Amino acid sequence: MSDKPGYRRPQAGTQPDYLHPAYQSTNLRSPSQPLVFLPHSLSEITGPTIGAERINEKDNDLTAQHDGEPQGERIIVHGRVLDENGLPVPGILVEIWQANAAGRYNHARDLHDAPLDPNFTGTGRTVTDAEGWYQFQTIKPGAYPWGNHHNAWRPAHIHFSLFGPSVLTRLVTQMYFPGDPLLEYDPIYNCVPDTSAKQRLIATFDLEKTIPSYALGYRWDIVLRGRDATPMEK
Amino acid sequence: MSLYATTSHTVGPYYHIGLTWLNREALANAATLGERVAISGQVVDGNGDVVNDAMLEVWQANAAGKYDHPEDDQDKALDPNFEGFGRVPVDAEGRFRFTTVKPGSVPGLAGTTQAPHLVVLVFARGLVKHLLTRIYFDGEALNADDPLLARVPKERRSTLIAKPDADGVHQWNVVLQGTDKETVFFDY
Repeated sequence: MSDKPGYRRPQAGTQPDYLHPAYQSTNLRSPSQPLVFLPHSLSEITGPTIGAERINEKDNDLTAQHDGEPQGERIIVHGRVLDENGLPVPGILVEIWQANAAGRYNHARDLHDAPLDPNFTGTGRTVTDAEGWYQFQTIKPGAYPWGNHHNAWRPAHIHFSLFGPSVLTRLVTQMYFPGDPLLEYDPIYNCVPDTSAKQRLIATFDLEKTIPSYALGYRWDIVLRGRDATPMEK
Repeated sequence: MSLYATTSHTVGPYYHIGLTWLNREALANAATLGERVAISGQVVDGNGDVVNDAMLEVWQANAAGKYDHPEDDQDKALDPNFEGFGRVPVDAEGRFRFTTVKPGSVPGLAGTTQAPHLVVLVFARGLVKHLLTRIYFDGEALNADDPLLARVPKERRSTLIAKPDADGVHQWNVVLQGTDKETVFFDY
C-alpha cells in the first residue's frame, strides 16, 4: 500500500502552546519534555465516524429539552464546517455545551452563586449536512467568574467539540460573541498570538438567520485541518 | 481557497455536560473477535497530584489490524462488532479503566509495520490543545521494529507501554508533566 497524504501542520501562531502561564491551569498540566514528531500514518488518518445514527432530531434545540422554556435570550447559532482547503465537511458530529443565561453550568463542580435554570441543561449535538452546515437553537450564555486571577471573568462562550474525518481533525474549542468587553482580559481567548486566529473564534451577528420576534441569529464557521496534497515524509 | 484550522481551546472543567453521553468504557462486545484486554491507570500533573477532570479518547484497529474507516483499504476483514472508539472519563481519583480487544498490527509509512497500539487523546482543563499519545503492549515482539517507538528516546519508551499487573490488567498512566516519568506526547 503506498502512503496516503497526511494533514497540514498548523500555521504559526494559530494554535496554542501547551504552556500558557496566564492561564494558570496550564502550569502543571503542560508537557515539559519535547514532543516527539508524529508522521501521519494509517492510525491517524483514520478515526471514529460517529454520525447521524446516534443523533435525535431535537438534540440541536437546547431550548426544548424540558417542560418549560429556559430563561434568557433565545439565539440561533449556525455555520459551516470547512477544511483548510475550503471544502465542506459533511456528516460529522458537532457537540456543544454551555452555561445558562445567568452564567451557571448545570454541573456539580460549578459553585458560582448564580441561579440554575430547571429548564436548561446546556447540552446539544448535531451532525453536519451534505454541505457542512450545522445549526443549534439555544439561549445566550452568561459570563461567569473563575479563580484564575483576581476579578477574572470568562466572556460568554459556547464549547464546541468536533470529530471530522480523522484523528487529526479532532477539535475542541470555544465560540465567543461579538462586542464582548471581557475578551481582551481573558487568558484562554488570548492563548494564541495571531490576532486573526482569535477573531475567527467570534461569531458574527446574522440578521438573515434572525427569526422575527423570536431569536437572534449568529453565524460561526469552523475550519478543520486539511489534507496535504502529497504524502508527507520527514 | 486556503484557510487555517480553528484555534483549539480547553474542554474546561465542565465538559461532562456535553460529552458524557458518548462515554464508552467497553469498546468490544461479547461477539467481538480478539484477545480481551483491560487497561487501567491514573492521570497526574506535574506535582504528582491526581487530575480528576480529564477525559481520554481511544482509537484503534480491530484484532485483524483493520480500522473501521474508509481510508483503510487493506485487504483485511472488518469486524461488525467492533468500531474501535472509546471515550473514557476519569473518576474523582483521576483513575480510568476500559476494556477492549488487542489490535492487530497495522502498516506504517514507507513499507514499515507498526506494532499493535492504541491512539489516545487526552483532554482536560488546562490543556489548551488535547494531547496525543499511544499505548503499546509489553512483551510484544513487533515493538522492537515499530517506526514510531524508534523516534522516541530509549529511556522514555516505557511510558508508552502498558504492562499487565498480577490480575492481568494492563497498567498505563498519563503523567502530564515531569522530568523523568512524563508520558511521551506526540507533535501531531
